[in-house]
Amino acid sequence: MGGSALLVRDLSVGYGPVRALRQVSLEVPEGAVVAVLGSNGAGKSTLLRAVCRTLSFHGGAVTGGTVSLGGRPLDRLPPERVVAAGVSQVPEGRRVFARMTVADNLRAGALGGSGGRAERARALRRVHDLFPVLADRAQQRAGLLSGGEQQMLAVGRALMGSPKVLLLDEPSLGLAPLMAARIADTVREINEQGTSVLLVEQNAALALRLASRAYVLEVGEVTLSGPADTLAASDEVRRRYLGVTDEDAAADVSRAGGLPALSRWKG
Amino acid sequence: MSTFAELLLNGISLGSVYALIALGFVVIFRATEVVNFAHASLLLAGGYVTATLHDDIGFWPALLVGIAGAAAVGAAVEFLVMRRYRGSDHSVLAIVTIGVDILLTTELTRRIGTDVLALGDPWGDAVLTVGPVSLAHTRIAAFVAAALLITAFLLVFRYTSWGVAMRAAAESPETAALMGVRLGRVSLGAWAVAGGLAAVAALFLTVFPTPGLERATSLAALKAFPAAILGGLDSTTGALVGGLLVGITESLATGYQSDLTFLGRGLGDLAPYLVMVAILLIRPAGLFGTKELARV
Repeated sequence: MGGSALLVRDLSVGYGPVRALRQVSLEVPEGAVVAVLGSNGAGKSTLLRAVCRTLSFHGGAVTGGTVSLGGRPLDRLPPERVVAAGVSQVPEGRRVFARMTVADNLRAGALGGSGGRAERARALRRVHDLFPVLADRAQQRAGLLSGGEQQMLAVGRALMGSPKVLLLDEPSLGLAPLMAARIADTVREINEQGTSVLLVEQNAALALRLASRAYVLEVGEVTLSGPADTLAASDEVRRRYLGVTDEDAAADVSRAGGLPALSRWKG
Repeated sequence: MSTFAELLLNGISLGSVYALIALGFVVIFRATEVVNFAHASLLLAGGYVTATLHDDIGFWPALLVGIAGAAAVGAAVEFLVMRRYRGSDHSVLAIVTIGVDILLTTELTRRIGTDVLALGDPWGDAVLTVGPVSLAHTRIAAFVAAALLITAFLLVFRYTSWGVAMRAAAESPETAALMGVRLGRVSLGAWAVAGGLAAVAALFLTVFPTPGLERATSLAALKAFPAAILGGLDSTTGALVGGLLVGITESLATGYQSDLTFLGRGLGDLAPYLVMVAILLIRPAGLFGTKELARV
C-alpha cells in the first residue's frame, strides 16, 4: 500500500483537430477506488482509451503527457502489453461477445493475462464466487443474458486477466437501480480483494459512495478533485452531478441554522 | 438412377473441395472483415509448389511443402501488404487484395505458361465401382481429406485459445484488443490457415478427371466464391453448406447438360452463380450469415 498504482500526468488527447483531453492528471493510489465524474462528452471514455491504448480504433492519438503503472510507463505500448502489465477495462456498454458463450467470453478475458493455467483457474473461481450466475449460465450465449448479467460478465471477463488496476466505464449505465447497487457492491468487494479501481461514472451519487477520491472532468479538463466525501458535500458537485437543486441546498442550510431561509416571493 | 447417384456423389466430393476454399474466405473475413479476392492466387501458388517439387522429393513431402508454401505466401501478403492498410475502410482492403491477386496470378501464369502440370498424386485414374455406381478414387480422397480438415478446423476454432481469440476479434476488434488479443497475430494466422487450406484444395481441383494444374485453375477456384457468399461470408457452417450446394449444382447441371440443351451449353459453370443469386434474393445475408445491424 501507499504507492500509486496508476498515474496519469498532463495527458492530452486529440481526435484529429479536436482536442478531447487537455493536460489531465490523476492518480489511483494502490488499493484505492478513484472516481472520475463528468457529463457526456467530457472525455471520460477518451481517458480510459488513452490508458488502454485503444485510441487508434477511434482515430485519436495522445498528443502529450504520460501514463504509468506502478512507475512503469505504458505510453507507446500496444494494447495487449497494457493488459499484460495489469490493466483491464470494462468498456462502456459492456461489449460482451454476444455470439460466444459465457464460458468463452471468460476465456477471452484470460487471453491477455500473463498467468499460467493455475492462475486462470483461480481467476475463474474468483469470478464464479463473485457472480454465481455466470457459472449457471456458462454454456448460454452472452447475447441472451439480461443487461445486468451482461454487466456482470463484462466485469468478470476483465477480472480473468487478474489485473492490478480495473478500469470501469459507466458500469451502472442502463441498469435498474437495484442492479446498479448490486454492481457497486461487487466493485467494493473486488477492491477489498486488492484490485485498485478507476471508476468512470455519470451516476455521481453511486460513484462518490464507492470512491475514496474523485475527479470532475469537464470538456476535457479536470475542474475539481479531492476526497470523495468533500466533493460530495461541495455545492457545485451537488448541484451539477447529484441532482440537488438550489432549493434543496437552501433547505439544508436553513436546517443547519445558518442563513435565514428565503421563502418564495408571493406576489 | 445410377447416373443420378454418381452425379450426386461427385457433386458432394467437388462441393467438399469448394467448402475448403470457401472456409478460407470465411476465416479471413471473420478475422479481418476483408473479402479476400487474392484467394485464388494463394491456391495457385500452393498447387504450383507441389507440382514443381513432387518429382524430386515425392508426392507427400511435396504436398506438405505446398501447404506450407501457400500458408507462407498468405502470411506474407498479410504482413507485407494488408498490415500497412490496417484501419482503412474494408472496401479499400478488398480492392488491395484484387491488386495482390493480379500480381501473384501474373507471376504464376508466367511460370506455368501453357503447361499442364501434374501434381503426382498416388490415386491416378483408378475408379471404384460399387454395383452400378462408379467413382474415381480421387473424388473419394477429396471428400475424406476435406471432411477431416474441416472437422479439425472446427474443433480448433471452438476449443483452442486461438479459436477464442479469432472469434473475439471477429465480433469486436476493439474489445478483443482490450482483452489482450493480438489482432495482428490473429489476422496473420487467418491468412496462413486460408493459404494452407487453399493448397489442399488446389490438389483436388487438379487431380483426375481434371488434366492438371494450369493457368485456368484459379478460375475454378473462383467457384468457391458463390459458395462462401450464399452460405454467408461470416459463417463457417455457411461455407460448408454453400460449398456442397455449389458442388452438387455444378455436378448435376453438367451431368444433365444433354437434357437441358435448350438452355445452351456451359450450364454447369453458370449454375452456381444462378443458385447464389436466387438465394441472395430471398436471404440477402446468405443462408447462415449474420445480418448486418447498425445502430443509428
